[in-house]
Amino acid sequence: MQYLLSVITDSAALADDEEAAAIDVFNEGMQRDGHWVFAAGLAGPDNTTVVDNRGGQALLTDGPFVESKEYLIGFWIVEAPDLDVALKLAAGGSKACNRKVEVRPIL
Amino acid sequence: MNAIQVQDAIARTHREEWGRVVAALARRFGDLDVAEEAAAEAFAAAVERWPDEGVPPNPGGWLTTTAHRRALDRIRRESKRDAKQREAQLSYDEPSEPPEPVGVIEDERLRLIFTCCHPALAPEARVALTLRMLGGLTVAEIARAFLVQEAAMGQRITRAKAKIRTARIPYRVPSAEDLPDRVSGVLAVLFLVFNEGYLATGPGTEPVRQELTAEAIRLARLLRAQLPGDGEVAGLLALMLLTEARRTARVSSGGELVALGEQDRAAWDAALIAEGHRLVRERLATGAAPGRYQILAAINAVHTSARRVEDTDWSQVVALYDQLVRLDPSPVVALNRAVAIAELDGPQVALAAVDRLGDRLSGYHPFHATRADLLRRLGHDAEARAAYDRAVELAGNTAESAALTRRRNELGAG
Repeated sequence: MQYLLSVITDSAALADDEEAAAIDVFNEGMQRDGHWVFAAGLAGPDNTTVVDNRGGQALLTDGPFVESKEYLIGFWIVEAPDLDVALKLAAGGSKACNRKVEVRPIL
Repeated sequence: MNAIQVQDAIARTHREEWGRVVAALARRFGDLDVAEEAAAEAFAAAVERWPDEGVPPNPGGWLTTTAHRRALDRIRRESKRDAKQREAQLSYDEPSEPPEPVGVIEDERLRLIFTCCHPALAPEARVALTLRMLGGLTVAEIARAFLVQEAAMGQRITRAKAKIRTARIPYRVPSAEDLPDRVSGVLAVLFLVFNEGYLATGPGTEPVRQELTAEAIRLARLLRAQLPGDGEVAGLLALMLLTEARRTARVSSGGELVALGEQDRAAWDAALIAEGHRLVRERLATGAAPGRYQILAAINAVHTSARRVEDTDWSQVVALYDQLVRLDPSPVVALNRAVAIAELDGPQVALAAVDRLGDRLSGYHPFHATRADLLRRLGHDAEARAAYDRAVELAGNTAESAALTRRRNELGAG
C-alpha cells in the first residue's frame, strides 16, 4: 500500500543546509528499508497556475487553488504495509525536514 | 425454558459476548463493517431461533459460528458482484490458515480496542467506536450518552470505520516499544466507558449499566496483566474497582442515587475494595510520582477506608485533590476539590470556591448540584431550590434526577 506524505510549510524559505542533509539521511534510510517510491520538492504558491478546462476553454488563474497561510512544499510517496508504518515514516520525515507532514493513503 | 428466560439469556449473551464475537470476526476478516453486521445478524438469528430450538449449551460459540457463516456468505455474495474481491474471498475461505503472529497482547478484544482507540482517529470517534464495537451499544444509545444527534453519531462511527479500512489502520496491539504511548489514549476511553456505565445517561436506560463497568474493568485487567509496571494502568484499575465496589449501595430501592456519605457501607464489596487498596499500596510503595488515575484511586482508597463517613480523613482527601489540581487545573477537578473542602473547612468556604467556577461550569449539572447542596446546608433555601432546578434540568441520569428532586422538595417554603 502506498501513502502520500505531504510536507506542509508556512514560510517561503527552502530547506537549509542542515535540513537538506537530514532529508538525505532520511531518504537513504527509506531506500534501504524498501519504503522509498518517489519524492520531490515543489516551487512555492507564487509559481503556481490553476487550469480549468471543464468549460471547453482553458481558464488560467495565477496562484494555487486555495489560498492559505500553509501550503504544500514537497512530498514523498512511500510504500508501507499499514498506517502505523506510514505514520512512523512521516514522523521521521517531519523531523528531518523540520516541517509538518500530512499522511494520506493512495487509493 | 420459558419465553422470558430465553429473552434473558439472549440479553445476557449480548452483554457478555458481543465484544468477543465482533473482535473474533474483525480479526478474521480484517473489516469492522463485516464484523459488526455479521455479529448483528447472528444475534438476530438467535432471537428468531432460540425460543423454538432452545438456548444452545455454548451460546457464545453458537453466535461466533453463526456470525462467521454469515460473514462468509456476505463476502461471497459481494465477490460475485465485484471481481476485485474474488482474491480476498480465497484467502478468507482458507480455514486452516495459521494465525498471524500476534503482538505482545493476545486477547482479541484488546486488539480491537487498540484499533478503536488509534491516535489517528478523532478522540470522540474513539469512544463511540469502542462503545459500538466492544460494548455493543446501539448508535442511538451512544448518541444519547454523548448528547449528540443519532444521525451525527452514526456518521462519526461510519467515518471512523471507513478510515480504519481506507488508511489501513492496523488491527493489532502496538509493539512493545509503542505500547506506553498508546496506552494513555486507551485508558481515557476505558474511563469514559466505565463512567457511562456508572452514571448512565438517557431517560430510557438503567441508572447503572453494569455491563459497561464490567467490560471497562475486564479490559483494564487485561491491560494490567500485560503492563504490570505501568502506574496509570494500575491506577485506573484501582480507581474502577474502588468505584465499582460501591455500586450496589449507590441506588436506593426507590431508584434514587445515594450520596457517598449516606451509603450503607456494609453493602460495599469488600473483595473489590481489598484489591483496589492493594493496587494503591503497591503504587505508593514504588515512590514514583503518581499520575491522574493513581491520585483519583488514592482519593477513593481514603473514602473506602473509613468505616463511617465521619471517620473520613478529609485533610488527606483535600491534600490529594491539591496534588491533582497541580496535574490537571481543570474546573471539574476544582469542583471536586471544593466538595472535600466543604467537609474540612465548612460549606461557606466551599461555596466561595464553587461560585468562582460558575463561568466555566454553568452547563455542567454537578456544578449546580454541588452548589444546591452547599446552599441548602447554609440555609439559603430559595437559592438552593433554583440550583436544584437547574441541576435536575441538566442531569441525564434517572437516579440522580430522582435524588435531586427529592432534596429540592424537602426544602422549606423559603
